[in-house]
Amino acid sequence: MARVLINVPRTVRRGEVFEIRALIQHTMETGYRPDAGGEVVPRDIIRRFACAYNGEEVFAAELSPAVAANPFLVFTAVAAESGTLSFTWTGDNGFSQTETRPVAVE
Amino acid sequence: MLRGAMMPVLQRRRGVMGALSGLAAVALVRPAGASTERLEAAIRAFAGDAPVGAGRVRLEVPPLVENGNAVPLTVSVDSPMTPGDHVRRIAVFNERNPQPNVITALIGPRAGRAALSTRIRLSTSQRLVAVAEMSDGGFWSDSAQVVVTLAACVEG
Repeated sequence: MARVLINVPRTVRRGEVFEIRALIQHTMETGYRPDAGGEVVPRDIIRRFACAYNGEEVFAAELSPAVAANPFLVFTAVAAESGTLSFTWTGDNGFSQTETRPVAVE
Repeated sequence: MLRGAMMPVLQRRRGVMGALSGLAAVALVRPAGASTERLEAAIRAFAGDAPVGAGRVRLEVPPLVENGNAVPLTVSVDSPMTPGDHVRRIAVFNERNPQPNVITALIGPRAGRAALSTRIRLSTSQRLVAVAEMSDGGFWSDSAQVVVTLAACVEG
């Protein structure tokens, strides 16, 4: 399991737009970089990130090798009701990881 | 007398310099032209045949970066983000990395704001273009020029 850092406000007011920050530890190997022996290291990247709010997708992104290592994304969501935010990263070599965070709407 | 003897030499030198700088210009322009075409093709693949207007999108990137391995980038779009009028997709393209695509984000009214920040890699100094697709089918864009002193992908 890759290390993940997710920043979501603990409580938000109904209707408020709040910021979400998500980072996952991943090399994002481009597939263009030679290793010490001169061989090109095969590509190993996260291809897709998605954030669902109580099951409904509010933000998704398709990533390319041009995204820096340890992909970091900042985006927003509208506070509708209390529940969970789920974050899913999927990528090369069968990579898939899902994390959830609670969100309390006042 | 001396000056008279020097003149042809100087003129010849100037001629050689002119020819060299002409060659350098051709050498510089050709790859830039090819990469601009590739950038245009990537934008066409995203926007289809729809016209892409300039404006409504703001692409924020530092104009000079020391490290091309992690360049902070923010794209925001001027949109009310209501169910009837919102941004559907935001894409960022580059001119001179090995691939023209950087990131494509899918958003909607539940995002509240049409804004996205991330960190990207740049293999050299180049132009970046952000394009947003609106719910009415319109496309808007902004571009930015970035100078990179330490390129990504160089250090093994």
